[in-house]
Amino acid sequence: MVDVFRALDDETRRVVLDELSVRDGQTLFEICSMLTMRHGLSLTRQAISQHLGVLESAGLVVTERRGRSKFHYFNPEPLAQITGRWPTKKRSEQ
Amino acid sequence: MKIALTSLFVDDQRAALAFYTGVLGFTKRHDIPLGDDFWLTVVSPESPDGPELLLEPSGHPAVKPYRDALVEDGIPLAQFAVEDIEAEHAKLTRKGVVFTQPPTHIGTAVVAVFDDTCGNLIQLIEMNRVENHAGVR
Repeated sequence: MVDVFRALDDETRRVVLDELSVRDGQTLFEICSMLTMRHGLSLTRQAISQHLGVLESAGLVVTERRGRSKFHYFNPEPLAQITGRWPTKKRSEQ
Repeated sequence: MKIALTSLFVDDQRAALAFYTGVLGFTKRHDIPLGDDFWLTVVSPESPDGPELLLEPSGHPAVKPYRDALVEDGIPLAQFAVEDIEAEHAKLTRKGVVFTQPPTHIGTAVVAVFDDTCGNLIQLIEMNRVENHAGVR
């Protein structure tokens, strides 16, 4: 189990979440081509797969099988831990 | 040297012929009995003398684990070029074809991936029109 803070401490993983929040439900192939073509990140498929594993372990990504393929979805729920710990209010309101 | 033929493994050759001709719109080129199977090829009507696609029986025991692993990760085994990917996506979806990736801009092109119902994922690609025009000599 990886905590949400460690899972977010990596630019590639943050970009994966950006892409999934634009269009949810992507295969590994699709995520790899997004990172390469849109973001110029030349990682191996294996490295991306490991990043997805970390996100999944933190609960930020969930996978679902549809037909014979596996799709990755963004699950923002664990992010509540951040605002739960440090509520987002302006300094002047304190 | 040129590429005259490439192949895809298919679960059932007759079902594959129906899909590749009836749904995708390719034309049958060869259908020659070969033991229990057939030498079965199709071509694009847009380039009848272009490369043939062999729809090859998938009986070899290595085929299933190989394809299962690729399909699980969404990896296509062939790429077909189209003029208008949005139109193809709409037309094929109406015919019941399932896409694992809808048309998606990837910079120099728009791509999409669909299930060929024969055990493979296929990528469609439309090169950017602006770039195509720029590339005309």
